[in-house]
Amino acid sequence: MAAVHPVIAPEARADAVLDVRDLSIDFATPRGPVHALREVNLTVPRGSVVGVVGESGSGKTTLISAAMRLLPDNAELRGGAVLFEGEDVLRMSPQALRNLRGQRISMVFQDPMTALNPVLSIGQQMVDIQYRDRGLGRAAKKRKAAELLRRVGIPDPMQRLGNYPHEFSGGMRQRIAIAMALLGNPELLIADEPTTALDVTMEAQIIHLLRELQQDYQSSILFISHNLGLIAELCDYVVILYAGTVVEQGTVRDVFHRPQHPYTEALLVCDPALLQDVTRELPTIPGDVPDLVNLPRGCIFAERCPRVFERCRAEDPATRWVSAGHAARCHLASPLERS
Amino acid sequence: MTVLLDVKDLRVRFRTLGAIRAKLAGVADPFLDAVLDVSFQLRAGTTFGLVGESGSGKSTLGRAILGLTPIESGTIRFDGMAPMGLSGSALSAYRRNAAMMFQDPVASLSPRLTVKALITEPFVIHGLKDRDLDAEARRLLDMVGLPANFAGRYPHQLSGGQARRVGVARALALEPKLIIADEPTAGLDVSVQGEILNLMARLQRELGLTYLIITHNLAVVRHICDEMAIMYMGRFVECGPTAEIFANPGHPYTHGLLAAQPHPDPDRRRQDVELKGEVPSLARRPSGCEFHTRCPRAKERCSTERPEPREIVPGQTLRCHYPLLDPAA
Repeated sequence: MAAVHPVIAPEARADAVLDVRDLSIDFATPRGPVHALREVNLTVPRGSVVGVVGESGSGKTTLISAAMRLLPDNAELRGGAVLFEGEDVLRMSPQALRNLRGQRISMVFQDPMTALNPVLSIGQQMVDIQYRDRGLGRAAKKRKAAELLRRVGIPDPMQRLGNYPHEFSGGMRQRIAIAMALLGNPELLIADEPTTALDVTMEAQIIHLLRELQQDYQSSILFISHNLGLIAELCDYVVILYAGTVVEQGTVRDVFHRPQHPYTEALLVCDPALLQDVTRELPTIPGDVPDLVNLPRGCIFAERCPRVFERCRAEDPATRWVSAGHAARCHLASPLERS
Repeated sequence: MTVLLDVKDLRVRFRTLGAIRAKLAGVADPFLDAVLDVSFQLRAGTTFGLVGESGSGKSTLGRAILGLTPIESGTIRFDGMAPMGLSGSALSAYRRNAAMMFQDPVASLSPRLTVKALITEPFVIHGLKDRDLDAEARRLLDMVGLPANFAGRYPHQLSGGQARRVGVARALALEPKLIIADEPTAGLDVSVQGEILNLMARLQRELGLTYLIITHNLAVVRHICDEMAIMYMGRFVECGPTAEIFANPGHPYTHGLLAAQPHPDPDRRRQDVELKGEVPSLARRPSGCEFHTRCPRAKERCSTERPEPREIVPGQTLRCHYPLLDPAA
């Protein structure tokens, strides 16, 4: 039962906050177009956390830039749509986009050191960002900012509003960035590797905070990471991106416990945190990511796949369902027997 | 096995204010200790892991061993000689034997030099004029698994993994005995991370290298280090064989760090965070045990009396009044 549309679950798609459909994006370069995303499908059901996993160059950043339409000038939309609450972001008016960015969709960036303006106090920045709310006075905006700072775990929030970013530690700055992202009550929060710059103990606290906030506000989160441990810890669904294509998606349990794509399997095997026995010879994925200007014929992972066979080099596999809500783009994927 | 590096009671302090400004500001002690009372031995041919959060002093310790940061007190013995206080040709000889692999390979490579110039620069710096630099470049590239035609490339033409290999080649150029690697895998994808660590393991087997690896990635330490130390605010809070520490962490901080590692299994989600808050400022060291402000097991004694290092199990030393493993308890 090969599906035409790879969807997380048909019923979830009906009530999706974000629904990316067959999205293909090229970047024009002197060498020719780079096919950065090809027929990407992804759904963020309301109130859930969806993780996107991919190594560098897999298209994670292009995907989230498309969701907010922050693509650079040399990007060319080849096809597909990014539906946010049913409306296509890629065809929105400038006015609608202004309402979208930072308000209906907000983002937490990787590096908390550069996400905040160093010459303004955080109170000023948190008041400024509420510029849309004309009905609210400055004092009320300050109170709202302080309330959110308290919620993300900043002690003495009213006093600390007067402090500048350099007066906070990295973990505190990331908490402030999260508070700022929540100020507009966004329908979707995009977190782009929010803990990469932090220590593990701080990372654990930020992940814990995101989970609490998600439960309190019933918010929908698109969480980008290359850390499989964090995805397992936080997400409901996971999408595995490889060289611009979604190779597998499903619930975290399905994908982590019964990976159906050889690339997902390889990623899980390579994670040193998952190796039971101590070894000096760590597993790797031999070979390199294919050149996205001259795409290989057939399956994108064929060159590096341990289970490659003739058909893989000739024919690009379709996305197939392996169980309800679990799909893989591989010739070998077939419906699983549910135990 | 012979001891290659023997560090005793090492202390590194930084001045935070100049003498006059400190006097004007009424600061009696304008210093902070980045490394305090650190003693350990590194046996030849083994790998030692230094673990800790940012600001714990692990990079400073690595730099101090190479003489890149002056030490306040303590001794360092390397291969039977005392490199501290050396200068001129003796210091240069020491630095040939102990090399550094810096954090962030792309930033630590000059963007205006080719790979060949980068990996043969150590020969130029050390005045080894008789070397055939082309041949050396080919030999080094081959050693780290890069094709010979990479010699003409510039750093921006390299991927993260390739830049890291160039960093390894540069460190290997003068055939050192010890390599200090500062975060050798930070920023790399998991598959590439494995390649770099396997390369380092192979070179260790082939060349008999000794590694001091500075990292915050505990999953990596578990696989590649024979011994390890956990640093907190400049001190070793726990030190011993890696396998023992992972099996039976003795210090509550070690336990907390291990618990903070995310586990890639959705069925093993943690309900709570064990280590809350963050590392206090080095300028305001807590009294007693420095960890008592965050320690889930802290009792009154911990805030007044500093624990001295104790060997709880043979080979495993830790600083804690109430360790998690106590054969007496």
